[in-house]
Amino acid sequence: MISKLDETLNFHHQALNLRTQRQQILAGNIANADVPQFKARDIDFSKALKAAQSQGAGSTALNVTSPRHLLPAAGGSAGADLLYRLPHQDSVDGNTVDMDVERAQFADNAIHVEANLTFLNSQLKAMLAAIQG
Amino acid sequence: MSLFNVFDIASSAMAAQSQRLNVVASNLSNADSATSSNGQPYRARQVVFATADVSAQGASGVKVAGVTEDQSPMKKIYEPKHPLADKEGYVTMPNVNVVEEMVNMISASRSYQNSVDMMNTAKTLLLKTLTLGQ
Repeated sequence: MISKLDETLNFHHQALNLRTQRQQILAGNIANADVPQFKARDIDFSKALKAAQSQGAGSTALNVTSPRHLLPAAGGSAGADLLYRLPHQDSVDGNTVDMDVERAQFADNAIHVEANLTFLNSQLKAMLAAIQG
Repeated sequence: MSLFNVFDIASSAMAAQSQRLNVVASNLSNADSATSSNGQPYRARQVVFATADVSAQGASGVKVAGVTEDQSPMKKIYEPKHPLADKEGYVTMPNVNVVEEMVNMISASRSYQNSVDMMNTAKTLLLKTLTLGQ
């Protein structure tokens, strides 16, 4: 039952982790809007979530019967691939931050975090209801 | 929780932009200072922004890498009665471009507002996280 509990919450846990990471990256983009040569970064959220899900689905450790067996790379589970944003218009100072795009993405991501929290909350409430009857 | 890093990033941007605003204020108020503490006419100052690492996850804040003096030529105005006028009657005035400084000021103020907005959003999200399970 405990493993089931973990499974229930796992999806939103992973999604929330990635969402907060993306929020941080977007905040960095907005903060660096006036820095020459700064390149705006972002992650591909759905791809990153899929990768995190497939990593988290298996058991935590591999059974090794020989020292020559390869082990999966340790750590870095939360690290999604950082990509560069393609600018719609070039700027003179080489900065690729488009404030409209960044602000829109920032607001969009914030709403997604809120939605994630709401879903998580309702799941917790449902479980609590099952416990308390 | 990487949402806390948004606070660090936004505050680094706010500090940098307020220093830029500071420099703009200094330039504008000294736009007519024909002499300064070192005896020379005032030279316009500009801040240089650079990216500063805040966390290991790829996001970065801003820092002021330095304040440079504008090397563009000084303005010369013809005013023979001025005590600082040279033999030909010209006074060397600061190379502050007032229009440029006004644009700089508006840009800095908008960027500052953006950072405040970012901080507010992060705060709302964190407060919502705190109510989880209640």
